[in-house]
Amino acid sequence: MNEVLEITLRSLGVSGAATLIAAAFGLPLGLWLGARGAGRLARSLLYAGMGLPPVVVGLFFYFLFSRSGPLGGLGLLYTLPAVAVAESVLAFPLIAGFTMAGVASRAEGVRRLVKSLGGNELQAFLTLLAESRRVVVAALAAGFGAVISEVGAVTIVGGDIRHATRVLTTAVVLETRKGELERAAVLGLLLLGVTLVVSGLLVVFGEREAA
Amino acid sequence: MHPRWFLVLLLTALPVWARAPLVLATTTSVNDSGLLDAILPGFTRETGIPVKVIAVGTGQALAIAGRGDADAVLVHAPSLEAGFLAEKKGILHACLAKNRFLIVGPPADPAGVRWETNVLNAFRKIYLKGALFVSRGDRSGTYVREQRLWKAAGLRPQGKPWYLESGSGMGATLTLASEKGAYTLTDLGTFLFTQTRLKLAPLFDRDDPRMLNQYSFMAVNPERYPWVKFEEAKALRAYLLRPDVQAAIGNYQKARFGRSLFEPLGGECILPIK
Repeated sequence: MNEVLEITLRSLGVSGAATLIAAAFGLPLGLWLGARGAGRLARSLLYAGMGLPPVVVGLFFYFLFSRSGPLGGLGLLYTLPAVAVAESVLAFPLIAGFTMAGVASRAEGVRRLVKSLGGNELQAFLTLLAESRRVVVAALAAGFGAVISEVGAVTIVGGDIRHATRVLTTAVVLETRKGELERAAVLGLLLLGVTLVVSGLLVVFGEREAA
Repeated sequence: MHPRWFLVLLLTALPVWARAPLVLATTTSVNDSGLLDAILPGFTRETGIPVKVIAVGTGQALAIAGRGDADAVLVHAPSLEAGFLAEKKGILHACLAKNRFLIVGPPADPAGVRWETNVLNAFRKIYLKGALFVSRGDRSGTYVREQRLWKAAGLRPQGKPWYLESGSGMGATLTLASEKGAYTLTDLGTFLFTQTRLKLAPLFDRDDPRMLNQYSFMAVNPERYPWVKFEEAKALRAYLLRPDVQAAIGNYQKARFGRSLFEPLGGECILPIK
């Protein structure tokens, strides 16, 4: 298989997996916090998490997965699952935070509306969910965008191993380091294109009204 | 799934799983030159052992291996290698190949390095002129050598306004030096590969023992890290030292550049490992 295609598919796969893992935890948390109203502490923690430095997260998981580390026995260092886990930690606060903020801004209005129409708390919550599709799409796009464009953690945890853990960002770094700036630029454009396509798909399919 | 198909799947997957991959931590200069891509597939074909290459600076390669996260290293900093061996982290040291370090810089050569036959005097000229110099600033083999050369010349460039630390790999450092019209120390291989797109001339390119760049192989010590793939590392060592592979290393890209990027050493070190 063409190596560029291979790297692109790997980038998509590992970033998609990381986004899904992060969404599995981040969406429910964000919805819950947004609907019930999060305290200052919870908000501060989530917003701080949005600024988690990828290299620090990468180093953390390096030590965790290192053969000399606590989870070394799993042999996960320099594998894609390890990369996906590290990336999901980066995407989680983004997804939870965006969801929370978006939901919270609608929660009061929706609840008042549903109650005024004679609905109960559960109905108010379900309506809020249905009304929050755009928020969820924005949160997923933010998480995916952060993960697929990330280079620090994926380098430390993945090792940029050819045919194993090389992704678009690390390939760009490699080609830049080699002085192959044109090739690096092409890969960079490809990365932008992939992000654009995924965001587009998210918007088109994610924001479509449920029939 | 029908059990028969499961068996077929298992059998087709088996050759891939039969031998767990060997992790080789190495320097960017060996990897980015394409040398490993040229010689490692033959090893995998013969032995069935896939090799995962992690290309980082020598300092980082030894740090990774020093936690047992690599099975073998291919590095180029004799002083760091000596420490690695002394701490019993590495064994079976063997010198694989050599080339040289060069001082490269702006073709106009404001410091007049081109006319120097003594590398220490070349560094003194750069220092006295206060000409821009880009240092790697990491723990790479090239950086370790650069520091030794400044020290041997009796100079301390750190903190001088003309002394820039790039903190990046050799290719990026060469690009930076080219853009800034600065001098830098580089390994021959990376320079030859990037030369055409750089405004940098080789200014000190001489057969000087101080500029000898020696690449060594070490296996990670299984007594200290029982999980490492020591047999596989030994097999790789034997393969890399085999006369035909050594010849292939020496001939790699020789026709393209008119000189060897890597001259085989056959296991014999020229620079002492200390």
